[in-house]
Amino acid sequence: MSVLVDDDTRVVVQGITGGEGKFHAGQMIEYGTNVVAGAVPGKGGQEVHGVPVYDTVDEAVEEENADASVIFVPPAFAGDAIFEALDTDLDLAVAITEGVPTQDMARVNKRLTETDTRLIGPNCPGLITPGEAKLGILPGNIFAEGDVGLVSRSGTLTYQVVDSLTNRGIGQTTAIGIGGDPIIGTDFVDALELFENDPDTKAIVMCGEIGGEDEEEAAAFIDDHVETPVAGFIAGRTAPPGKRMGHAGAIVSGSGTGTAESKINALNDAGVPVGDTPEEVADHIESFL
Amino acid sequence: MKLHEYQAKQVFADAGIPTPDSQLASDVDGVVAAAEAIGYPVAIKAQVQVGGRGKAGGIELVDNEDEAREAADSILGMDLKGYHVDRVLVEEAVDFVNELYVSVTMDRGAGKPVAMVSTKGGINIEEVAEETPEAIAREHIDPAFGMHPYQARKAVYDAGVDSDLARDVSSILTTLYQLWDDRDGSDAEINPLMVTSDGEVIAADAVMNIDEDALFRQPELAEMEEEAASGDALEQKADEYDFDYVRLEGNVGIIGNGAGLVMTTLDLVDHYGGEPANFLDVGGGAKAERIANALDMVFSDENVDSVVFNIFGGITRGDEVAKGINEALEQFDEIPKPVVVRLAGTNWEEGMEILNEDLVTVEQTLEAAVQRAVEYADEVEA
Repeated sequence: MSVLVDDDTRVVVQGITGGEGKFHAGQMIEYGTNVVAGAVPGKGGQEVHGVPVYDTVDEAVEEENADASVIFVPPAFAGDAIFEALDTDLDLAVAITEGVPTQDMARVNKRLTETDTRLIGPNCPGLITPGEAKLGILPGNIFAEGDVGLVSRSGTLTYQVVDSLTNRGIGQTTAIGIGGDPIIGTDFVDALELFENDPDTKAIVMCGEIGGEDEEEAAAFIDDHVETPVAGFIAGRTAPPGKRMGHAGAIVSGSGTGTAESKINALNDAGVPVGDTPEEVADHIESFL
Repeated sequence: MKLHEYQAKQVFADAGIPTPDSQLASDVDGVVAAAEAIGYPVAIKAQVQVGGRGKAGGIELVDNEDEAREAADSILGMDLKGYHVDRVLVEEAVDFVNELYVSVTMDRGAGKPVAMVSTKGGINIEEVAEETPEAIAREHIDPAFGMHPYQARKAVYDAGVDSDLARDVSSILTTLYQLWDDRDGSDAEINPLMVTSDGEVIAADAVMNIDEDALFRQPELAEMEEEAASGDALEQKADEYDFDYVRLEGNVGIIGNGAGLVMTTLDLVDHYGGEPANFLDVGGGAKAERIANALDMVFSDENVDSVVFNIFGGITRGDEVAKGINEALEQFDEIPKPVVVRLAGTNWEEGMEILNEDLVTVEQTLEAAVQRAVEYADEVEA
């Protein structure tokens, strides 16, 4: 069992004819993902990895019954591509693209309040249900089937933690990289709710980082609504205030919230142990199972 | 990307926001000439991108040539919170009776823009925000529609701005939102917005930060970026290489992929008793040349005593990383600083086969790699 994606998910890849899109569509297919179509304006009628390409997402849905999209469209056009996915009423849109202008995402965010489509990302590695489907760029070989749900703001940090789990024989139901941008679709609270409602998810890992208040909100949500045991990790404890560390999300403001300390305290207060190292997170999860 | 004050003021003035008469100068004679053209008294303001310039001695008010020379001499060339001052803005001194605050920014929690107005503008706005947040009126804006005129009025009335100023201030706020929206601003701020004794309002300072991800569609502002570039020599080098790089105080150099994982590596260096020298994220999918550049970056920091190189490949491939490390190190007769490498993820086995293990120390786990790098750094210090 899993959340959001499984081997029935019918995937359309927006931007399948581009370098990244083509490569990762191939990797997704190799992993066993049911990629049924590509969508690229002006490329309708072509085939990539034996998958038919359509000019619009609408056609891909019409012709191939696609119900989820993975977006590998360059940043300048990514906002538009996300709108296309949302306006086609897919169940799920996963935006991998890094560097989408924030104001474009503010408009997308507004649209999300009017549609049932769930957005993951942008600037994220995507999500994977081990053994069934991978929508995104995560390296499939480090994941294993199992009963831990994982949600993370950072791609490579996800891999690090998953690696620690898998090496101990602890597999995952689904791992979701929600992305590190200031405005994203699915956030920690959404993902925690999904895992809480999944009977097969027996424990949850939540990897956050400095900046914003999403982890604090997640801690409050866990306190009130989550029975499944959660272990946390927060990156950026040693980051100096006011410095931008990499992507837009990872900046601490001078004031109280957004710091590693504030997030760790909030999580601890909600009964969530926070590991000092990725290995310690795996220790906590092991003790839950 | 942050515009300098003089650049932001130009952008604001072009949009019709009243700003004081001003000129940029880079030497003492230039300052005096500018001051004479504008007319004393003038303010001389360091053009560096740090907050609290006034408190740090970077802004002086002068009444005559002697004072102007003295102030120009002390400000030009000064080190202001780590930034070298090489230009000042000479500006008409505004005789004000009150200082307001207006700004537009992205409220990331709400996922939409917010316009803010306060009658408690000036240098203590951070304290106001902290201690009496209700003194700042906030109006969230639906980005699909933009700011409705009533919202500008409402923010101004809610803040308690005098009713005879309300029209001018809401007009400035409307223009500021328009600029923020048109120019892909991340923050647009006027603090203080000065109120003069004859009831005029004028932008005495200007902050305009632009979303880096949107510079591709803001060619005019992208051109200003070169001029706006700042930071120390290493940070400028990082800009050239297009790395996300932040220099820190310690001696363990850190290279990795992905902001979260690199921050975690920093945290682990600290956890195991070391001190991180930098944050360096090579990003996703780095090829050999980029990896070699990253090593060059960290080697050029004289504070660095050892380097930990931690790559967990998703779209980054271990074989490319190994090639880059070999290329960077094989050009030295003697490796300048010990390098500890940990490779995992995509193609890590291929990477390990390629990697020249005579030049580096290899560790299998992140924890072991960090501990080893901290040990090396300690040995150098001892």
